[in-house]
Amino acid sequence: MFIALFVIITVTFFLMRLAPGSPFASEKEFPPQIEEQLNAKYGLDNPWYIQYMDYVIDSFTFDFGESMKYKGRSTNDIIFESFPISFTLGMEAMLIAVGFGVLFGVIAALYHNRFPDYLITTIAVLGISIPSFILAGLMQYFLAFKLGMFPISGWKGFIYSILPALAIATTQIGFIAKLTRSSMLEQRNSEYVKLAKAKGLGKWTTVFRHTLRNALLPVVTYLGPLSAGVLTGSFVIEQIFSIPGLGRHFVTSIGNRDYTVIMGTTVFYSIILLFAVFIVDILYSYIDPRIKLKGAKK
Amino acid sequence: MTQSDQQFEKINRNLFKVVGVRESESEKLAEKSISFWKEVLLRFSQNKVAIIGLLLLLIIAVMAIVVPMTSPYNYREQLGIYNASPSAAHWFGTDDLGRDMFVRVWEGARISLFIGLTAAIIDLIIGVLWGSIAGLSGGRVDNIMMRIADVLYAVPYLLVVIILLVVMDKGILPMIIALSITGWINMARIVRGEVLSIKNQEYVLAARTLGANTWHLIKKHLIPNAFGAILVTMTLTIPTAIFTESFLSYLGLGVPHPDASWGTMAAEGNKALTSAPWRLFFPAFFISLTIFAFNAVGDGLRDALDPKLRK
Repeated sequence: MFIALFVIITVTFFLMRLAPGSPFASEKEFPPQIEEQLNAKYGLDNPWYIQYMDYVIDSFTFDFGESMKYKGRSTNDIIFESFPISFTLGMEAMLIAVGFGVLFGVIAALYHNRFPDYLITTIAVLGISIPSFILAGLMQYFLAFKLGMFPISGWKGFIYSILPALAIATTQIGFIAKLTRSSMLEQRNSEYVKLAKAKGLGKWTTVFRHTLRNALLPVVTYLGPLSAGVLTGSFVIEQIFSIPGLGRHFVTSIGNRDYTVIMGTTVFYSIILLFAVFIVDILYSYIDPRIKLKGAKK
Repeated sequence: MTQSDQQFEKINRNLFKVVGVRESESEKLAEKSISFWKEVLLRFSQNKVAIIGLLLLLIIAVMAIVVPMTSPYNYREQLGIYNASPSAAHWFGTDDLGRDMFVRVWEGARISLFIGLTAAIIDLIIGVLWGSIAGLSGGRVDNIMMRIADVLYAVPYLLVVIILLVVMDKGILPMIIALSITGWINMARIVRGEVLSIKNQEYVLAARTLGANTWHLIKKHLIPNAFGAILVTMTLTIPTAIFTESFLSYLGLGVPHPDASWGTMAAEGNKALTSAPWRLFFPAFFISLTIFAFNAVGDGLRDALDPKLRK
């Protein structure tokens, strides 16, 4: 995990060094003295290996420096200001995705090869095929603009978060529903389900007390990719619904070639994702006693 | 007890007679034997969704080739009719610069499909080489190679692609490079897994005992047996690449003007959503359709190749 983080830091650093265009390029013509001073301020006049060392140390102490575009704003400020918003949105999206995905998957499996199954499978395939940014645009147009059911954009309360969260979650609902359905179907013929049926347990009791517990294992594994999907989904969705989250700042900083912010945000994102994968690993070994943490070393 | 005794008495030797062995028929097979690939083809063709997907792909490919060649308009030609709604002259309407959307959509299909296919082929080449070398050599080489892949795999895919595109100039080639630079890892892992499991099968051992050399093993046993998994992975890589391309174009990191890719067109269309909704609708529709078609074909292939589902 730390090796991966180290690789990310190194790669972003060197790529940013190679990047064409200076972050000060959009400023008006200024005398070379000022440019020198700017370079000195950001440490750009040091040889690359010193800059690199500084950057690695700064990253591990979680200090990503000052924005090159907005004077006086540090990357940390930007992250701490906007991340809670993205986090709320992301959590909402994940809850929606897991909740509806599992529910749809269970229903589809229970009504295997009957109408509800076909309906849900079709919806799942559509959800996977339609990119989230297109869905977001369509939802914004029909539900918010035409029907006025939701606010079009902004971030002023819970109602503002429903459409964006749905837009991020739809693709994931499709994936989770498919996963749950197939693993439920796999469990259907196992001995313990037959036993539960033989005991005379009802359909839903069997599902909730027995089948679902085992069928959810693949879904737990999917939580890692899910958090990555939600996170990258937020880049575009926050842009469309003009939500002042971290994803939007990231995209803006790409446009501005604001290297300190790009690097800081990338490293921050990577930490979060690696952490999410780590948690899923622990969770998995906790849920499934067959997997021991020692052996789970990938 | 008495009942069954009576039954046994009824059955006696006289009821049986010797039929003899007919040599010619004893070796006959009840059902015609068909090769594995014929069976795969048969099962694939029975999968309606997959066939629909395949047809859709064919249609999209043909349209992408034919339309830009035969259309009276050029995709970068500005006709002076701005934001016109779909009509007989302009089937998909025109955009804010007065360009015909029908031609642009199919020109976009060319670019999107080209990027998707090329990225998938590069992934295929690197992934198969990496995975099979690691799997075949085993031991320390395998360990080192797969550790490298693991570390790269832990880095979030889209972040790497975005960072790379920030650094490189915009264009089709940088897009392909960025897409395939971490995309091959999935393929490498799958190929390695296949190679490892095939390598230890009895028939490979048998072939080796009979004196087959490594090259013969690769050619006759490894490639044919791993082919299915590779094919499925590749069909499922293409939609991911197309999706990522449109996503990045949407962020403004994609193919630059005046070239049209579906993602760029959708992004522009989204801005004009209230006044000219067709400008989002058509590119969006074809992105979704293409991704759906590739996924359908990939799923169909996977089901057809799955030996567990053999009848």
